[in-house]
Amino acid sequence: MSGLPILSLVTFLPLVGAALIFVVRGDAETVARNARNVALWTTAITFLLSLLLWIDFEPGQPGFQFVEKAAWIPDFNITYHLGVDGISLFFVLLSTFLTPICILSSWVAVQKRVKEYMISFLVLETMMVGMFSSLDFVMFYIFFEAVLIPMFLIIGVWGGARRVYAAFKFFLYTLLGSVLMLLGILVIYFQIGSTDIPTAMAFAFTRDMQIWLWLAFFASFAVKVPMWPVHTWLPDAHVEAPTAGSVILAGVLLKMGAYGFLRFSLPMFPEASVYFAPFVYTLSVVAIVYTSLVALAQEDMKKLIAYSSVAHMGYVTLGIFTFTQQGLEGAIFQMLSHGIVSGALFLCVGVVYDRLHTREIARYGGLVHRMPKYAVIFMLFMMASVGLPGTSGFVGEFLILVGAFRANTWVAFLATSGLVLGCTYMLFLYRRVIFGRLTRDDLKTMLDLDRREVAIFVPLVVLVLWMGIYPSSFLDPMALPVGQLVDRLKLAEAAGQAIFLAQH
Amino acid sequence: MTPVPFPDLLPALPEILLAVGGMALLMFGVFTGDRSSRPIAWLAVLLMLVAGALVAFGGGAERVTFFGAFVSDAFSSFAKMLILLGSIIAVLLGADQNERDGQARFEYPVLIVFATLGMMMMVSASDLIALYLGLELQSLALYVLAAFRRETVRSTEAGLKYFVLGALSSCMLLYGASLLYGFAGTTDFAGLATTLGTGEPAIGVVFGIVFLAAGLAFKVSAVPFHMWTPDVYEGAPTPVTAFFAIAPKVAAVALLLRVMMEPLGGLVDQWRQIIIFISIGSMVLGAFAAINQTNIKRLMAYSSIGHVGYAMVGLAAGTAAGVRGVLIYMAIYLFMTAGTFAIILCMRQKDRMVEGIADLAGLSRTRPMLALALAIFMFSMAGIPPLSGFFGKLYVFLAAIEAARDYPALYTLAIVGVLSSVVGAFYYLRIVKIMYFDEPAEGFDRSVAGEVKAIIGVSAVVTMFFFLFPAPLLSAAATAAAALVKG
Repeated sequence: MSGLPILSLVTFLPLVGAALIFVVRGDAETVARNARNVALWTTAITFLLSLLLWIDFEPGQPGFQFVEKAAWIPDFNITYHLGVDGISLFFVLLSTFLTPICILSSWVAVQKRVKEYMISFLVLETMMVGMFSSLDFVMFYIFFEAVLIPMFLIIGVWGGARRVYAAFKFFLYTLLGSVLMLLGILVIYFQIGSTDIPTAMAFAFTRDMQIWLWLAFFASFAVKVPMWPVHTWLPDAHVEAPTAGSVILAGVLLKMGAYGFLRFSLPMFPEASVYFAPFVYTLSVVAIVYTSLVALAQEDMKKLIAYSSVAHMGYVTLGIFTFTQQGLEGAIFQMLSHGIVSGALFLCVGVVYDRLHTREIARYGGLVHRMPKYAVIFMLFMMASVGLPGTSGFVGEFLILVGAFRANTWVAFLATSGLVLGCTYMLFLYRRVIFGRLTRDDLKTMLDLDRREVAIFVPLVVLVLWMGIYPSSFLDPMALPVGQLVDRLKLAEAAGQAIFLAQH
Repeated sequence: MTPVPFPDLLPALPEILLAVGGMALLMFGVFTGDRSSRPIAWLAVLLMLVAGALVAFGGGAERVTFFGAFVSDAFSSFAKMLILLGSIIAVLLGADQNERDGQARFEYPVLIVFATLGMMMMVSASDLIALYLGLELQSLALYVLAAFRRETVRSTEAGLKYFVLGALSSCMLLYGASLLYGFAGTTDFAGLATTLGTGEPAIGVVFGIVFLAAGLAFKVSAVPFHMWTPDVYEGAPTPVTAFFAIAPKVAAVALLLRVMMEPLGGLVDQWRQIIIFISIGSMVLGAFAAINQTNIKRLMAYSSIGHVGYAMVGLAAGTAAGVRGVLIYMAIYLFMTAGTFAIILCMRQKDRMVEGIADLAGLSRTRPMLALALAIFMFSMAGIPPLSGFFGKLYVFLAAIEAARDYPALYTLAIVGVLSSVVGAFYYLRIVKIMYFDEPAEGFDRSVAGEVKAIIGVSAVVTMFFFLFPAPLLSAAATAAAALVKG
């Protein structure tokens, strides 16, 4: 391993770019051009640097890698502590991968206040990467919460008609969940005497304590995931956010909640996790079935994809709480896949939105005649979203359902029915937008994808197929940490059984 | 009969300097008139800087003088530094503003110096009589300051209201003090601590504590004694409001800390419920009442009520960690508030002050740096990390959660606190929304005095980057807290 603090570099390089953009002066045109270029280059370099993490990562080595530790607030034993394991590695990569794509997709779409826009995205990237690689609770919480500021501005300044409502709803919903987690973190601090996450992961909390802390953390993560019934901020935020904002929201921010379950709830509160598993199953299954039905009835493309996100995240929470190797790996894989696929779907919506400035499904039809390239790409991501074998969506959903089947047959049965519904609404959407007769005049003049747009989609297409055809590149590094997690949960399950038997 | 020895004056040197200097400035002003208001303002700043240096280099060792009535320790030094900083900011903010308003009077800096002297006496008081003397010196100067624009009805009304209600609260405080004296037979803090002990106190003592707490709650503008705050904040001239929101608040909170932890330290279980009630009331009222405000000074009044509520969370813990949390909170609050009021002073259209929140519309287009600074302050006050306001809340809640293991009601307090911070976030966000999301309204005048710009800049940098170097403030606050809570 090299002596270079790669993780810190990856985390804070975007901030350097943001500072550069901040000092850019000149007339509006120059500032905008420079801001775009600096943002693109910074995020591209950040992505390349983060690839080093993947290359140097040693899958067989337990524990965290690329660890950096320094004193920060010694009075309270709070440290600057970064590191990744096989779980968080891919989320860091996902963040660094999607951000340049977002910048590129906003190249033309964002024309007002470009400078502030690019700064917001760069700050957002730092917060996301920092959150996934923090190994200290206070650092984690700071990054977790600070994400709200740039995202609030992105939705509120560059969003659609009801952007103010959506931005406030997003901010306050998420904050409400998070502050309870903060209290949970403080309680943990007094239990273990520091805010070190690896220490807390190895600490054995009492059962009562676990249940309260689990609930405090659940309040935060459930809103972020989002789980039914606290998902209502998501459709609003997605619909009003600019395209790139939706991509990041669906691609990375939703993963923060599920990542929280994996990193905190399961390893630190295993007994409580086992205790609450039926509760999570219920919410997940309701999310899958109910939001799929809601998605069927949508007239707005973005809203439809937003509801499909809630359903897909339902699979993720289901997979996590099966406590099986397959379920957990499937959940992580599904998150990565969903991050790319839903991001790509939002980009697909963005392509036609940039041309026609409406997202109403009924306004479209017959696009295949004018936009064949677009139709192919849209089809691929649509298929990946419904889990066609050969695409990334299949692997994740399949593994989750295998895990769920082992844990609870009925849950697996109901979740599988969600797959059928998912197919229905996605195919329905595709048929209405792409096929049919090309009747409207404004649609007849629409241009197919230009080179910039193709450049955005190519890496996404490659990844979706790679993940679908050779998932081992992604599954292998996560096998070890997931295995350790499953072992820890098995013990908790046994303890739970013992308590159950003692009571009856 | 032995002669009374002459008291040691050294521990009170900064106060003596301020007293003598303040009187000299007053005479200077009387003889030269209002045209010398600028030089007097600068001299007042210099005077307070020297006093601050004396406090800083006076050492943190505990020194008692005036027969136990006056104490200079690490706690009082910490509070005095904050008070002096707040007063200097108020003089700087006022000097330019008063000239623009045609209010350039030399009394403004002089009155602030006297108020500061009173506050420094308050935080150094180690005796109920000394406490009252300091408090009244401060209050009298503040009453006059509130009515400083004597030709406007709003300002005189604010002054009168503050005076009447302030006098009432002083009565309550005196009544409480007299009850304590009656039951303990002494006014000395150390004597009170030993006489009152830690056991179950007499009912009269409990009454005394309640009245004392009520009087002090008025001074820190905590619910249910907060009613004067919005009116006085709105009516007083803006630099005076800035002063009210910073220095006297810090002083009153420090005084409350000392009274509760030192003479009444053994009776934590008696007063903790009062503080919890005050804290919850202030946090919740501050959050909900601010939502519908249209005047930014009124909004800041409710915001300050809320902040006091959060600071009281630390006091409710009743531990050294809690005191430290409160001190950190007040230091961070000082910078956020100073910056915000400096920005409010920039809200001038066609050379007239405007105070409507709606006037900020689109500020991010017309004045991007000003908007950025105000956004930093607002996010910070809402307690969003990594801004300093988050750390302020973190340390008080940390103390409360630690103490909650012995006193579970504090869990409730912490939960109510964080939930009301979410409600509070709404109105802070509303200001950001107006600045960033709305279309620009008529812009503000461009001419801003250099010192106002500097205050905005420094406060914004401190608020933004506090997380990088928190250690000096944390350790200073820890030393101060250790001086107050012994053992």
